[in-house]
Amino acid sequence: MITFKVGGVHPHDNKITASVPFKKVAVPTEVTIPLDQHIGAPAKPIVAAGDKVKVGQMIGEPGGFVSAAVHSSVSGTVKKVDKFRDAWGTYHPCVIITVEGDEWLEGIDTTDTLITECTAEPKEIIDKISKSGIVGLGGACFPTQVKLMPPKDCTIDTLAVNAVECEPYLTHNHRLMLEKGDEVMVGVQILLKALGIKKAIIGVENNKKDAIEYLKSLLPKYTKDCDIKVVPLKMKYPQGGEKQLIQALTGRIVRSGALPASTGVVVQNVATVFAVYEAVQKNKPIVEISLTVTGKKVKEPGNFIMRIGTPLSAAVEMVGGIPDGTEKLICGGPMMGKAMISTDTPANKRTSAVVMIDESEAKRGKESNCARCGKCIDACPMGLEPYLLGTLSQRNMFDELEKHYVYDCIECGCCTFTCPCNRPLLDYIHQGKANVMMIMKNR
Amino acid sequence: MVLTSIIVLAVIGLVSAVLLYVLLQKFKVEEDPRIDQVQSCLPGANCGGCGSAGCRNFAERCVKADSLDGLLCPVGGTETMKNIGAILGMTAAESTPMVAVIKCQTICNNRPTTNKYDGVRSCKISQAVYSGESTCPYSCLGFGDCVEACQFGALSIDAETGSIKVDGDKCTGCGSCVKSCPKHIIELRKKWPKNRQIYVKCSNTDKGAIARKDCENACIGCSKCVKECQFEAITITDNLAHIDTTKCRLCRKCASVCPTGAIVVENFPVIKPKEPDKKEEAGA
Repeated sequence: MITFKVGGVHPHDNKITASVPFKKVAVPTEVTIPLDQHIGAPAKPIVAAGDKVKVGQMIGEPGGFVSAAVHSSVSGTVKKVDKFRDAWGTYHPCVIITVEGDEWLEGIDTTDTLITECTAEPKEIIDKISKSGIVGLGGACFPTQVKLMPPKDCTIDTLAVNAVECEPYLTHNHRLMLEKGDEVMVGVQILLKALGIKKAIIGVENNKKDAIEYLKSLLPKYTKDCDIKVVPLKMKYPQGGEKQLIQALTGRIVRSGALPASTGVVVQNVATVFAVYEAVQKNKPIVEISLTVTGKKVKEPGNFIMRIGTPLSAAVEMVGGIPDGTEKLICGGPMMGKAMISTDTPANKRTSAVVMIDESEAKRGKESNCARCGKCIDACPMGLEPYLLGTLSQRNMFDELEKHYVYDCIECGCCTFTCPCNRPLLDYIHQGKANVMMIMKNR
Repeated sequence: MVLTSIIVLAVIGLVSAVLLYVLLQKFKVEEDPRIDQVQSCLPGANCGGCGSAGCRNFAERCVKADSLDGLLCPVGGTETMKNIGAILGMTAAESTPMVAVIKCQTICNNRPTTNKYDGVRSCKISQAVYSGESTCPYSCLGFGDCVEACQFGALSIDAETGSIKVDGDKCTGCGSCVKSCPKHIIELRKKWPKNRQIYVKCSNTDKGAIARKDCENACIGCSKCVKECQFEAITITDNLAHIDTTKCRLCRKCASVCPTGAIVVENFPVIKPKEPDKKEEAGA
């Protein structure tokens, strides 16, 4: 079985919700829809207080080339266009909508019927994706239409579908493949058409054997005029990283500072592929997200589909609330996610999970001096020297940091995870990287 | 034999000396001798408060400049600039000595703590993760990045309350702490005699109701102080009051009307109860 070659760690996968089907979270009475749910410029609001909106109606148009549209996830009246404070204490522009009924915009197909035939031209497909506000749902939230229009000097020959889900605890992509396998396959075909290529590889980690088998059983139906492969991958974190996945699936290496597209591979997350299917075949923009709400002590952990703008606390209530003894609430997976102060923050395209962990898992060990054991170097999937980068960051030696390729760090956290001296290496490196990036930008 | 060695070594020494002298003359770097003179006037702290990379760099800038306008060593102040002016034959403008103030009260009893941070004890790293242990996103994080940045030992963390204290006598107004604060809540203000200071010790720009929930001592933008001030020194922008040091006359009336105690007075003699009021009535 294949995997990427450099570095990586093996955290316990804890996929306790793998067999729990999706449940829908009820539409709340009021939603707060952030206007910056993506990398790049925030969307510009095109509604004002008092306007009536329907589900799927655009409420924010892209604010630049690298930006995405934002749509109303409910029908009702716009209460105000304002800013809100998220669970980390920072402010974001948003649109607050009071819910009245559940009326969808005309032209959106809300049924579950599968439409396999895609008649749209490549240009039309990209246009629809752009209008539907689709972003990479793997966590980075990079606008998808930008990825589908690679620079002219990159010749694309392969589409890699990221169904790795290497973060511990997370299972919503796994459930999506099992419950919406056909839709994902059609989505892959649509993306192949948009890119004008024939070859797609779906990379799935080997802990999702049922999903691999199910997708393989679907292949004969969808490989008449294109070449789609389902490839099981050996479990290793961070396999879901774009550069790591390209290396694992094709053996190609993304050079330092180059775009992943320079290797001829475009990577799309499986949830993004499903969103593309819905946008192109059903005219349905992203109004819902899927997420996993889990934790070892949680009463009924599960996978949920919820409207964007619903507070995360609604999903947390459905699993039986925050269990006693919870030390940390994490938005996203435990490796790359961010600890939250409260769950009273709206779900958005960036949200992939709420993980509730107790003291035994959450507590940081006592930091001691670097033992020079070199474990972090073995673990780093980018081939960097985290122990050195950490120390250089601590001492604000930015020139040296740049010489040691700190900008290549993908902030996966393998170094901190593996350090026997409990050194918070990523915390330091993150700081140093941010400074170096700023210096390079201003140069 | 001994003689031969001495002669050979002497010849080598002579040739090297001539070579070195010739090279020195050929690759001589002409430097203005005034740079050294100016540098000797400077405090030599290399704090970067003047905006240059160090004291030497500042001296070079002074010598190159046509006038001393816009060039100021905040640590040395007017006196140093006058000395530099004397060397260079230029006049230096009077400068106001400055002192740093922390615009947050940081007393945890007054702002509800909602969570516990167990990461690296550094403001910058904590700020990259989230906004802090209280609900107020503008509040001082209290890990002391500014204390570390200060080269003059003017800042310290109060062991009891955890708030940052500024020693007005030691503070030179170089601004290192201002640059080190990721929350941007340190301000340089005019240094009054006896280190007296009156300012709004809050940076919360949220609306009053939200700010009040975050902290008991938050400025809620009620503009009571604006009405009270006779010298029009106080302005409110984004629900936050600011006292202009060029207009303020240290009458302390604003502090007495502030409903939340966001305006603080430092190093003043204690006001005797009710006496100032009587005088005012008599005057009116």
